[in-house]
Amino acid sequence: MGNLYSGAEIVFKSLEDQNVEYIFGYPGGAVLPIYDELKNHPTIKHILVRHEQGAGHAAEGYARSSGKPGVVLVTSGPGATNVVTALTDAYMDSVPLVCISGQVPTHLIGTDAFQECDTTGITRPCTKHNWLVKNINDLPRIMHEAFEVATTGRPGPVLVDIPKDVQFEKAKYFKPKKKKKLNGKEQNKFNQKDVDQLINLMSKASKPVFYTGGGVINSGPKASELLRELVSLTGFPITSTLQGLGAYPGDGDQFLGMLGMHGTYEANNAMHDCDLLINIGARFDDRITGKIDEFSPKSKKVHIDIDPSSINKIIKVDLSIVGDVAEVIKSTTKTLKKKNLNLKKSNKKKISKWWQQIQKWKKKQSLNFINSDTIIKPQYAVQRLYELTKNQDTYITTEVGQHQMWAAQHYKFNKPNRWMTSGGLGTMGYGLPAAVGVQVAHPKKLVIDIAGEASVLMTMQEISTAVQYDLPIKIFILNNQYMGMVRQWQELLHEKNYSESYSEALPDFVKLAEAYGCVGIRAKSPNELDERIKEMINVNKPVIFDCQVDKNENCFPMIPSGKPHNQMLLGPKDQEENKITSKGKALV
Amino acid sequence: MVKSKSAYSTPSKLGKLATHIIVVWVDNEAGVLARVVGLFSGRGYNIESLAVAEIDSKKNLSRVTIVTTGTPQVIDQIKLQLKKLVPVHKVADFNKEDKKVIFKEMTLLKIVANSMKIKKALIACKKYNPVILDKTNKSIVIQITALRRDIDKMIKNLKPLGLVSASRTGAVAMTRGAEVFK
Repeated sequence: MGNLYSGAEIVFKSLEDQNVEYIFGYPGGAVLPIYDELKNHPTIKHILVRHEQGAGHAAEGYARSSGKPGVVLVTSGPGATNVVTALTDAYMDSVPLVCISGQVPTHLIGTDAFQECDTTGITRPCTKHNWLVKNINDLPRIMHEAFEVATTGRPGPVLVDIPKDVQFEKAKYFKPKKKKKLNGKEQNKFNQKDVDQLINLMSKASKPVFYTGGGVINSGPKASELLRELVSLTGFPITSTLQGLGAYPGDGDQFLGMLGMHGTYEANNAMHDCDLLINIGARFDDRITGKIDEFSPKSKKVHIDIDPSSINKIIKVDLSIVGDVAEVIKSTTKTLKKKNLNLKKSNKKKISKWWQQIQKWKKKQSLNFINSDTIIKPQYAVQRLYELTKNQDTYITTEVGQHQMWAAQHYKFNKPNRWMTSGGLGTMGYGLPAAVGVQVAHPKKLVIDIAGEASVLMTMQEISTAVQYDLPIKIFILNNQYMGMVRQWQELLHEKNYSESYSEALPDFVKLAEAYGCVGIRAKSPNELDERIKEMINVNKPVIFDCQVDKNENCFPMIPSGKPHNQMLLGPKDQEENKITSKGKALV
Repeated sequence: MVKSKSAYSTPSKLGKLATHIIVVWVDNEAGVLARVVGLFSGRGYNIESLAVAEIDSKKNLSRVTIVTTGTPQVIDQIKLQLKKLVPVHKVADFNKEDKKVIFKEMTLLKIVANSMKIKKALIACKKYNPVILDKTNKSIVIQITALRRDIDKMIKNLKPLGLVSASRTGAVAMTRGAEVFK
């Protein structure tokens, strides 16, 4: 007979076998046996957060920046419900998380016991799968399956709910079986015919564009390399979604910038006018497509995605290729080379006209803004931050709102996994805890949360976590005293009725930093900005940087509600000519 | 009533609505039905009827039959989303008009009336394999098996004849001939 282990031991043994190094969590009554076992497993370090939502986002930051699944450990009831936002966020943005939650003892389930909630019921719609472990003998299998489901196919969060009595009970442990067939694992359903068809379309196109997304990042760093090779081999222009930034160099010649609601003029117009649209690992999100009826009306559309349910969900495509992005690109490039179809040369004439058109759009310089000598423009702050940090390997997280869009527009990413932001769910308060997770994964690297003062206050308590574990994260707050994006929409759509979007009583962020035991820095004018940023970078402690910016700045360019890609608002001057119709207002 | 719309997800042409019978083979485990049903409610899909029972106790398999109405795009999404659920083994989709598939639904009908009306009711049910399960001098319980829409009609027709209660199983489906859905 093999050794018998307690449920708590089995949890840790399986974490060890899955090469887990860090867990983000918060103890409580129903997980105490697991916390008791922690001391016996020195290879696994626990990061104590201040709120379970923070644990979830930290694990997301860890996962996105390292490519490994993030592990979360919370107690029953409020512990589990607090982590729901982070699970939903991870589900929307396809981040692999394994969340282990404690549950009241089996015999008390269903009795409204203290700190009981229907955790698997609550988290069913926001996880790929979840399990309530009622029998200790199932625990090893479920733990391994949890990791498999979270990391294979389109990645996402899973949850394992373990009642307290099961944590005490004993059973045999077995190691993960290799290559178990699971639903999530069915991928790479494409064949050479699909690839040939893609190449055929590519060789015929005269106005092609690549539209790449977070799938390229999720496919691993190799996918980014392969993408760069394919883009250079074809000579096609490329644009990226918010989540895909970094897969292709932000300062690359063929890069048109981000597309979508706050994307560049050239990227959105290229999407609208192209005759071949190749979607690689993106999902035609509504912030990308604008008005669906008029989305890229003249193009043949190709969709490469690992998730079959993403295909034809929103936009009907002419060719779908279901598979891992890296694999699809690899065989495309291979075939291109084998056929000796040097598209760059043979298509040069056709595409050169297209490029001329793109250059014309580029001349609009849609990301431009009117700078000031007296007041810090938020765009300028991001630009300076970029210039002063681009020479080192920097990881950027963000909260959600105007600052997030300015960061996406003005910070140029050259490598994958350097950009962590909440895209699908749009979770204010994501950036700070995510930065904690990123810094845990990359202790020696510079990690900056480009934040808004409203967002960051939602999870501010996690700065305490950063202080506890000496994680020198930098919270760079673009402080405009408003919920900026809310104010912007109120200005554009609700006759400047700034209903509840002004923060009346903001804390003194410098004093707040000191109270938490980290460093507070403030910048009020453009001429001191560089010095202050350098000061921030050089401090080897967590920093809260209060960058006081123009209160009234809006984020442009912008596709207004109810308009297609080729009708963008470009900036203050352009607005008068392009008013939003009352019908458009209703459609937001 | 003004339909609530979002500028970024309003399709231009709504596809034609069609009724489909979706059959799902699932592991018979706790919560599996909630996963299937939750997927429908969470994504705003409609369920007209639902029939579920274990079909293989050794393999622990259950068969879920769902009748739903939607555009081709919605039906496709339903199928693809169902296939993503971990306990789901396979998903079959039959159009209601498909001649190669048998659709049946069983119904229990309770009629409380005088013997004249009961007699008439029995005659009306004749086409649908009526089985008398219980009879008193004031009432009768009849079992019929038929197509969904025939049962709809029957229920309407039996109302004046004293129908007081109907209990329906929801449609189940099976392909004709020797073929088995894989």
